[in-house]
Amino acid sequence: MKMKLWHAVVLALALGLSACGGDTAVQPTPSVDDQTGAEPSGTGAQPGVDGAALTDQDRAALSQRRVYFAFDSSAIDDENRRVIEAHAAHLTANPQLKLVLEGHTDERGTREYNLALGERRAQSVERMMRVLGVSADRIRTVSYGEEKPVALDHNESAWRLNRRVEIMY
Amino acid sequence: MVLSVARKFLFVLPLGVLLLWVPRASAILTIEITQSLGTGMPIAIVPFGVTGTAKLPEDVAAVIEADLARSGRFTALARKDFLSTPRAPGEVNFKDWRLVKAEALVIGNVQQLAPGRFQVDFRLYDVFKETQLAGYQYVVGADLLRMVGHQIADVIHEKLTGEPGAFNTRVAYVTKESAARGGVVFKLQIADSDGYNPTTILSSAEPIMSPAWSPDGTQLAYVSFEQKRPVLYAQNVIYGSRTKIAEFRGINSAPAWSPDGTRLALVLSKDGNAEIYVMTLADKSLRRLTQHPAIDTEPAWSPDGRHIVFTSDRSGPPQIFRMRSDGGAVERLTFEGSYNARASYSPDGSQLTLVTRVGGRYHAAIFDLKRSALQVLTDTELDESPTFAPNGRIILYATAHRGRGVLASVSADGRVRQLLKLQEGDVREPSWSPFNRQLQPTQGVKQ
Repeated sequence: MKMKLWHAVVLALALGLSACGGDTAVQPTPSVDDQTGAEPSGTGAQPGVDGAALTDQDRAALSQRRVYFAFDSSAIDDENRRVIEAHAAHLTANPQLKLVLEGHTDERGTREYNLALGERRAQSVERMMRVLGVSADRIRTVSYGEEKPVALDHNESAWRLNRRVEIMY
Repeated sequence: MVLSVARKFLFVLPLGVLLLWVPRASAILTIEITQSLGTGMPIAIVPFGVTGTAKLPEDVAAVIEADLARSGRFTALARKDFLSTPRAPGEVNFKDWRLVKAEALVIGNVQQLAPGRFQVDFRLYDVFKETQLAGYQYVVGADLLRMVGHQIADVIHEKLTGEPGAFNTRVAYVTKESAARGGVVFKLQIADSDGYNPTTILSSAEPIMSPAWSPDGTQLAYVSFEQKRPVLYAQNVIYGSRTKIAEFRGINSAPAWSPDGTRLALVLSKDGNAEIYVMTLADKSLRRLTQHPAIDTEPAWSPDGRHIVFTSDRSGPPQIFRMRSDGGAVERLTFEGSYNARASYSPDGSQLTLVTRVGGRYHAAIFDLKRSALQVLTDTELDESPTFAPNGRIILYATAHRGRGVLASVSADGRVRQLLKLQEGDVREPSWSPFNRQLQPTQGVKQ
């Protein structure tokens, strides 16, 4: 948990959240007790992150932690490919990071089939990450099928958000 | 009696998961009959006599009446129309019942033998022939009075229709509610077939899936994400103890007990993608049945144990396939429709109930194996997890109603429809128990 919060902060720093308020906008704050459920913050600088190497496009892609899929499909389109490539590059530059790929589906169809479909989506992203140089032993995949929707409505605009793989590290 | 033993057990596990067997004030599933076409046999169920106590904890006659009315095969006559209220055979005047057009008559008596101990007698009569069709006596504790009512309804159903009733059975299902301190809580619950006596056997902040009854009704296999990944467990529903069945890398899911209870079909992706395996429970040995890069999942045994049907997308979108339960050649069963999944057999083995997609909507359907004919049963559109009642007369499934997860049932002939819902939260993944053989009458009662 601690690791995860840490990296969220590192990423935020790397992505230059300063964009919203000038050069000194990102002020590291003392770390927050995990149990309060508050938004994570961090302290100090983090080694191993080369923020300068990122282009704007990379930053945009790296801020995207979800890739989306068509119905009953695990095919990766061009937009998702850019997101995965950006994360793969970041992971290659930061070999200490471990990756969890969480596959999800929308609510339509049956639950057990969807559990397998969610896994296939996670594996599809995993394969691409490996091709891009992230070693298999750093990647863990898990499927939640349709059990953890991010959008709760019962319509296409909710379903398209739920058909996803979450990239977590 | 079983319950009073079980109350002594409370299992608390780490990871915020509770294995519970304390009958708690769980939210009850309420049943609403949404359609009842045609008229059933008119039957009069007289309020049971009460002796040895002023007031009974349960109105046994009302339990029987609600069961029979819900089946759609009977029309229960209103108590206010009764011309007499016999409690014993000598008080029955058949003419009174012919006048109100009852074809069958049920009378009974509940006698308190000791505090909390009751003897229930009932008799079923054919009003026209003026003969007793059935009569039994049960001695139970107060907590089983409703169960006696369901058992009597089963006897009446079988005597009058020639088919066994499935009232004295239970349903397992999964609920999802908002937790008091934020987040959600998932519960695996078991309730009587009329929604009463809900009991939570597992409570978790992470999803619970795929409850499946063992053929003897003592265990539920299910998938729990309490370890942040799908792991398969089997839990004894009487004592609450549970064992881990499978926690391989990847998916551990879709449990289905063989009809003899010695094996479990399940889906594992430990070798790369979702494949169907059969585990021999005595030694946990595994045999892999499918060999295909496609998704193979949702296995279900034929009642004779010789075949397994399953869902696969090996030929494109998901369809239903069949193989022998020891593996071998795979045969595609469904060709009609672009999405057929989650099949399970009717108790007589002649039909499957499954989920089919028609024009973007997902319906519970029946597939006749002999004629290869698919019949859609519902007009709801997000149906899941259809399951046959153990007598094959009713199909219970999960669906969405006004944005919430509910259970719904439809009689196999499509005439009677019901909605089972919680006051708050979602309910899904129903699994109908096998016949309950716990309660046997102490003796028959003669005329």
